[in-house]
Amino acid sequence: MNRHRSLYISIAVVIIGSIYILRLFQIQVLDDSYKNTAERISLRKQTIYPQRGLIFDRENKLVVFNEPVYDLMVSVPIRLGGIDTNSFCGVLGIDRLEFDTRLAKAKKSSYRGKAVFMKNVSNQLYARMQERLYEFKGLFFEIRRDRNYKYNSSAHVLGYLGEVSKNELGTQEDDYYEQGDYVGKKGIERYYEDELRGLKGEKYFYVDIHGVNKGSYKEGKLDVEAIDGNNLGLSIDINLQQYGESLLNNKMGSVVAIEPKTGEVLALISSPFYNPANFNIQNRGSYYNRAIKDPTKPIFNRAVSAPYPPGSTFKPIMALIGLENGAITPATHFGCPGYFRLGRRTIKCHPHPFSTSLERSIASSCNTYYCNTFKNMMQSDKYASTEEAYISWRSYLESFGLGNKLGVDISSEFRGWLKEPSFYDQMHGKGRWSYANIISLSFGQGELGLTPIQIANLAACIANRGYYYTPHVVRQIENVDAIQEEFRTKHFTKVSAKNFDAVIAGMLAVTQNGTGAGVAIKGINIGGKTGTVQNPHGKNHSAYMAFAPVEDPKIAIAVVVEEAGYGATWAAPIAHLMIEHYLQADSVTESSKMYLETRLKEANLIPLKYRSQRDTSLYGN
Amino acid sequence: METRSRIDILSLFLYFAIAIIGIASVYSATYEDGSMTLLDGRSGKQIMWFGVSLFVGIIIFFLNANFFEVFSWYFYVPLMLLLVVVLFIGADINGARSWIKIGSFSLQPSEFAKYGAAFAVSSVLSSIDFSFNKRYDVIKLFAVIAFPAILIVIQGDTGSALVFASFILVFYREGLTPILLVLGIVAIFIFVLTLVIGFSYFAITTLVLFLVFNAFTYTNKKMLIPSLSIMAVVVLFSLSVQFLFNNVLQKHQQKRIQVTLNLIEDNQGAGYNVNQSKIAIGSGGFAGKGFLNGSHTKGNFIPEQTTDFIFCTIGEEGGWLLSTLTITLFMLFILRLLYLASRAKKKFKRIFILSLASIFFFHLLVNVGMTIGLMPVIGIPLPLISYGGSSILAFGIFIFTALKMDASRDEDLTSES
Repeated sequence: MNRHRSLYISIAVVIIGSIYILRLFQIQVLDDSYKNTAERISLRKQTIYPQRGLIFDRENKLVVFNEPVYDLMVSVPIRLGGIDTNSFCGVLGIDRLEFDTRLAKAKKSSYRGKAVFMKNVSNQLYARMQERLYEFKGLFFEIRRDRNYKYNSSAHVLGYLGEVSKNELGTQEDDYYEQGDYVGKKGIERYYEDELRGLKGEKYFYVDIHGVNKGSYKEGKLDVEAIDGNNLGLSIDINLQQYGESLLNNKMGSVVAIEPKTGEVLALISSPFYNPANFNIQNRGSYYNRAIKDPTKPIFNRAVSAPYPPGSTFKPIMALIGLENGAITPATHFGCPGYFRLGRRTIKCHPHPFSTSLERSIASSCNTYYCNTFKNMMQSDKYASTEEAYISWRSYLESFGLGNKLGVDISSEFRGWLKEPSFYDQMHGKGRWSYANIISLSFGQGELGLTPIQIANLAACIANRGYYYTPHVVRQIENVDAIQEEFRTKHFTKVSAKNFDAVIAGMLAVTQNGTGAGVAIKGINIGGKTGTVQNPHGKNHSAYMAFAPVEDPKIAIAVVVEEAGYGATWAAPIAHLMIEHYLQADSVTESSKMYLETRLKEANLIPLKYRSQRDTSLYGN
Repeated sequence: METRSRIDILSLFLYFAIAIIGIASVYSATYEDGSMTLLDGRSGKQIMWFGVSLFVGIIIFFLNANFFEVFSWYFYVPLMLLLVVVLFIGADINGARSWIKIGSFSLQPSEFAKYGAAFAVSSVLSSIDFSFNKRYDVIKLFAVIAFPAILIVIQGDTGSALVFASFILVFYREGLTPILLVLGIVAIFIFVLTLVIGFSYFAITTLVLFLVFNAFTYTNKKMLIPSLSIMAVVVLFSLSVQFLFNNVLQKHQQKRIQVTLNLIEDNQGAGYNVNQSKIAIGSGGFAGKGFLNGSHTKGNFIPEQTTDFIFCTIGEEGGWLLSTLTITLFMLFILRLLYLASRAKKKFKRIFILSLASIFFFHLLVNVGMTIGLMPVIGIPLPLISYGGSSILAFGIFIFTALKMDASRDEDLTSES
């Protein structure tokens, strides 16, 4: 009888063994989740961050370079044990309480995976920590690259980096970015992000329970080398840029200088400016909120984003359209009694001789001349209605790059204000408005807004006698044969080349015996146009547009100084000094020029209402 | 008649096959980099202990097989004394007083106590006038295994103490009424059910069953009293389970059982070992990650990786194939021992070999079961595979003693059953 029991025991052994083998089959072969869990726990991907492309200026001077940022990471927050907390805190210079807080935070952000223990560790601390890291199992450094700058200059052109936002993560097509990655947020850092960023590399390896590297995964077969980003060559002349910045110091406004023949931007300044180094990853945290509170808006890039009524700088283009359209001829004279009569209203003009030629109308900035020109055009027989005439006028302006974004390679560009006819229909009723309602447009006031770069581009169009290239600040991209097609395409204006002569003669007269003659530069023929822009909120804006030399233009420039007064007082001398600086590279050291320079540099034209709230530390370092 | 003394080749082969898997697993579990050879570290020590086992095995084969039967108490008593001694001079390791330190060696008397107990059990059971019907005999039989088990519990090593329960299987084979086994299984069933649904629900369910049963059999008055008393016993047992579980078991023991029954998920605490162990084994897949390539093993995610959880390394690096092979080898070995027991002509030898088979079976059941989450975590080694000199040597001596008994079976003329 008991022999059967032996058999029963044998059967029990076989049954138990079979149950175990089946159970193993289930968890090892049928169920994949264990495999995934194991990899999640012990397989780590390390991202290798490439060098972001360097940025050089027009003369190949290094402007932007990379600086490593060290984040102290903890591999597995819940397994951070077995380290001597006291000596660890000692090296880091923190107390026990901070240690606990930071560890708790790390655990919260990632229970099993790596988490940041301390961000942006200083160089010295990194060096000190690195030596003793072997004592602290499960802690390691992640090295990323922040930007640093050779010059305290060009902040608005360069822009800045920031951590990729949730929004950007959500909309990216190629899943390139991961949370915590740096990405260009403004300026060319943003526009040329794809060129600058390079390609991240990846390294896969196994870690032990403390997160210590235990060897590469599949002998590194899946590892990917990082590819450095492409370097950029700016068209900006850092020397000219810095000079312009010194002239715009303590002013609100903008300077944009363009090489007319290529559309390359030589200088692009928005003032007040800030030190770009204050806005890199490491420092931006402490400066950003201060910059936002500053009423002078130092982050705002006036050069491409701020629409100003062009004021009298608009007159040359009005003359060009009038000539092309037939509203005037080069010989047209209008009499100016010091005002333009419009029913019961009058539009004031400045004192100048009664009979005004085209050339003198520009040189002495006669409002009456352009009111008449505009009136002629709007009432011309060519058009069935004022609306049709307006549409025609507007399309001329558009051909000069107004009313639309130019498409520059800096973020945050604004298209300016140039109203559709429907705007006036709404205001006055369809077909119930005439030239009289929009007469302010003729001398650059009213519902008109041009960004400084659009004004500079206007000067370039005139310098080129009828065409422009889209302004751009980058002229070379490493490993790329040519810059984008759109920056190599000529855009022709709707005004033919022959019509420019009279206007250019007028602009030359501005600096020889007109409104800008007081600040003329010896030896350079400059074609310019002053503008004093009415400002309902304060003093007038001082504006100026110019190009030089007239015979072979190498620079076209626009200057706007907010709430400063006459165009001839501030904007014109700034433009002239810039032109001289660029064309002659400081060869002239006349005392009169020295005096002018000093006067400009030292003038504080920030409106009094803002001065007490300004944060000048933004510019310092 | 010529006496033959031939060792069972199949058993010997299985012994070596399992030993080799063990050495390789220990080597892999401790492997750090290419400079470490098989003879370094724990795998080297493991090999040394197998060497010592073989040496002792050879000595055993030079002894007369009857020596064991005659001197069986001389094995039991000194080994039990060691269990007492360890309580006084034992080194405290991981909260258990189970090791005697002699120089650089640590001896674990509880591993050898199983060997000793097998002698005593064989001796008591094989005595001519033994009967399961005599209360004194049964008490004596249970006393010889309860004594070491209690001492080992006192040491703080409940797992090793539980191993002595495997002798119940031997008793069953030798005539103990299966009611005890059935009751044991029912008890485990009630135990599990009480913990899963709680005492209150269990009691209510039992009551309902009782009423339903009596509703069908109300004409038969004879059934009332027995069924009532059965119900009372069951409910009382359930109540005592609840009470013992909550008030006698320590917190970590409670948690281990709850994790096994999937009552709580505690992958960071009590369930951590088992969870990591399942991950390691499960990630091995069909054919495994390859020798020395177990990332979970390498990463030290599993505690007691060379000892109690050595099966993880087998499962991770060898996959389902090697796991199955290993379990199959164990099964074959146990079945072979059962066969060797059945062909023994002397009762003493049969019971001794049977004891070995039962103990082996219990170790396999509990150890592998816990690594794949079918058993609560009970810290006992996987025989011949887990790292540990005492375990390797004790099982080696046990096996060679059993094989010697089998080899000399032809000397025994009488066949008892």
